Amino acid sequence: MSKREPISTGPDWTFELLEKYDKEIARIAKEKFKLDTYPNQIEVIRSDQMMDAYASVGMPVSYHHWTYGKKYVSTEQNYSRGRMGLAYEIVINSDPCIAYLMEENTMTMQALVIAHACYGHNSFFKGNYLFRTWTDAEAIIDYLVFAKKYIADCEERYGLDAVESTLDSCHALMNYGVDRYKRPVPISAEEEKIRQKEREHYVQTHLNDLWRTLPETAKPVDEPERITFPEDPQENILYFLEKNSPNMAPWQREVVRIVRKMAQYFYPQRQTQVMNEGWATFWHYTILNEMYDEGLVTDAFMMEFLTSHTNVVMQPEFDSPYYSGINPYALGFAMMTDIRRICEDPTEEDLRWFPNIAGSDWLETLHYAMKNYRDESFIEQYLSPTVIRKFRFFALEDDEQNATIDVMAIHDDDGYKRVRQVLAQQYNLSSNEPDIQVYNVNIRGDRSLTLRHYQHNKRPLNDDTAEVLKHMRRLWGYDVRLESVGDNEQTEMFDTV
Amino acid sequence: MPYIIDRRLNSKNKNTVNRQRFLRRYRKQIKKAVSEAIGKRSITDMDRGENVSIPRDDVTEPVFGHGAGGAKKFVLTGNKEFVTGDRIQRPPSQQGGGAGEGEASDSGEGDDDFAFQISQEEFLEFMFEDLALPNMVKRQLADSSEFKTVRAGFSEAGSPSQLNVVRSLRSAYARKIALGGKSRRKRRELRMELEALVEPLSDTEVLRKKELLEEIEVLSRKLAAIPYIDEFDLKYNLTVKLPQPAPKAVMFCLMDVSGSMTEEIKDTAKRFYFLLYLFLKRNYEKIELVFIRHHNTASEVNEHDFFYSRETGGTVVSSALTLMDEIIQERYSPSQWNIYGAQASDGDNWQGDTEKCVDILTNKILPCVQHFSYIEIGKRPPQELWYSYKDIQTGVFNDRFDLKAVQDNAHIYPVFRQLFERGVA
Repeated sequence: MSKREPISTGPDWTFELLEKYDKEIARIAKEKFKLDTYPNQIEVIRSDQMMDAYASVGMPVSYHHWTYGKKYVSTEQNYSRGRMGLAYEIVINSDPCIAYLMEENTMTMQALVIAHACYGHNSFFKGNYLFRTWTDAEAIIDYLVFAKKYIADCEERYGLDAVESTLDSCHALMNYGVDRYKRPVPISAEEEKIRQKEREHYVQTHLNDLWRTLPETAKPVDEPERITFPEDPQENILYFLEKNSPNMAPWQREVVRIVRKMAQYFYPQRQTQVMNEGWATFWHYTILNEMYDEGLVTDAFMMEFLTSHTNVVMQPEFDSPYYSGINPYALGFAMMTDIRRICEDPTEEDLRWFPNIAGSDWLETLHYAMKNYRDESFIEQYLSPTVIRKFRFFALEDDEQNATIDVMAIHDDDGYKRVRQVLAQQYNLSSNEPDIQVYNVNIRGDRSLTLRHYQHNKRPLNDDTAEVLKHMRRLWGYDVRLESVGDNEQTEMFDTV
Repeated sequence: MPYIIDRRLNSKNKNTVNRQRFLRRYRKQIKKAVSEAIGKRSITDMDRGENVSIPRDDVTEPVFGHGAGGAKKFVLTGNKEFVTGDRIQRPPSQQGGGAGEGEASDSGEGDDDFAFQISQEEFLEFMFEDLALPNMVKRQLADSSEFKTVRAGFSEAGSPSQLNVVRSLRSAYARKIALGGKSRRKRRELRMELEALVEPLSDTEVLRKKELLEEIEVLSRKLAAIPYIDEFDLKYNLTVKLPQPAPKAVMFCLMDVSGSMTEEIKDTAKRFYFLLYLFLKRNYEKIELVFIRHHNTASEVNEHDFFYSRETGGTVVSSALTLMDEIIQERYSPSQWNIYGAQASDGDNWQGDTEKCVDILTNKILPCVQHFSYIEIGKRPPQELWYSYKDIQTGVFNDRFDLKAVQDNAHIYPVFRQLFERGVA
């Protein structure tokens, strides 16, 4: 291939250069690697704006709440003391896909970020099945604007404190505001506004029916009636509260709904961290190397790029002071790279482990993996012995009843499968978070609500439980109990009485 | 083609609202930190931000999660010597025993504290929260240098930027109706007549039709010539400048500099003046300071001399009060100025002079000031001046006179708060 003139040589970036780089990156991403993306909107921001974006969990618009203030304050503090650097980018799952670039970045970093966010993450958002089912990239910004305005209006009407405490309570239950299995129907913000009015009215009438206080005289008294409500345990606690809480004001129901929607929007991101980051990292690495091969960037550019890239995918060992869990960038990148290797250059071991993909078209295989998996299943399916050896993974079992922590498996022939299985479970949200569901409501009595915690491996709940129940009580209006159940026997009881 | 947008010029601090919410929620803790800080700081130092730390527990938001215990399986990286089946002793602490654990510090920032900084503005905000100036009534139309632009209806003339489009078009519309009304009515009549002519037409009717068409044509042209918008349709938003009351205040600092006043006492007094000054500054745009020091005679001095130059001699408090009264008469007409007096002393006074002081205060000074405070500094029991002043406090001017005893620097801020607590007095 004939070497071309590099696009730029110095470290400084200009808007013109950004455009030129983007053009080349887009060409390589789309034509060569078939990355299908939403249109990009690249926004250049200052570092304090980046901290703003951090604080509002990357949302370009967000309702006001002290917790965002807290995040901002602590980010600002850490940043100004040099304890942490800011991420080079933040990218938002929306259509168009918004990516923030910091003005402090050098040209190399900007190019890295464009490849990483605007083509890596962007194509993941557009392709992965979880995002496709659960989020509506087109409507999210509108919905956020609607939510912000709605909450601001509530604050004006009902007072800051009332809204704040409702939001506090919702946030405490935010992780339990998602449907794990049901499929949603995306709707636009305009419809949302109209429906919100209808909802207010409907829920109120429907509630009155459930909570009818007049005795139903027609029923003969001697016929004992066992009413269980809800009929089946409900996993989406916020949804249950929104629809059934006896005394909540209509606006509070809407607030619960807003928080629930946000939780649902972020749910796919929480389930695809390794894949998403791995995918994006793999592509910035691959695309920028391609640019180098085409002679579009200089050696100096590559040196700087590789330094940052190496930092990003660094994985400290478990006994290192820098260890803070498994680095999703490192694991994701290693796995993506390894899939390509298995396809292009399979060893005898790979042929045994991955007969389906060994020797297949790597690009197609990678795209397929990106589209159809989440972290848990991705690891279960694709974590190869090579990667396990590279990370020197080992699985441990820490059972309270034993005096010691046992090594279950290491990176050897007997251990690969166990390690892979345990690691996959580590990314399974439903085993990471306690399984807590709405179990029963005493609708004919004191209206108390019972939550049931189904224990997983006898793991108890944390110390926050009582506090969270208080929040739940605030939304429910009556006493809330929580039974912690393991192996069909009740072990622990929390109560707000 | 991507959009590349430069957002760097967007307004700063999108998150200030959230930050305010955060401060609002933890105001109690922050206030505590602020008042502790005031006790520790030197006076030249009051005017900056402060580090605040809040126990980590207070700011954590609770969520359901797994606690320690039960059985867990997990994967770690970087195996070196372990083989399958190894049993490892459980580390003593479940948290992993990182450095710095345990020792929760009560001062400064422990690891368990959520620490952050508040700005100077916020610091003052918290410092003077809930405090109000008593009798803050006099807002004079002084100097008339302050103006506020307010809307005052509409006008026929103005600059294009003030053009009121709705009003202008409404007026144009009305004019078009008014000017064209007659012609339009005429045209309507002619058209009806034209329609009334039915085929076949007689000769006169043919002529008439031609006439009618011509007339309609003329009228239509006339109507079309009425301008869509005309010079005198234009209406402009009218704004006028209203003189704004510029509240201004003068603060008299009176201090005894006789031999009995030690440097420490002066320093305490200075803190009090400083607090008062900062407080006034938040309430008035314009503040003047008058420093009067006295031993057996009083003189007006500049700030430096007031605090630092040494004098010795007896103590005649009335001399300072007399001078204050004179200065008020001369320069600060009570009808235009909000006058605040603050006197600091160790309580000593010349025998027999105290009655004179009370007299000047009640008859001359108190009637014209907003507030006069007296603080007696020192660890001794109250002195003569205190008892006489005590009587004033129970008298007619109890709403604008206060006295407090202060022992040392740390007491200054609480005393100051007591003096200006909102609602009291």
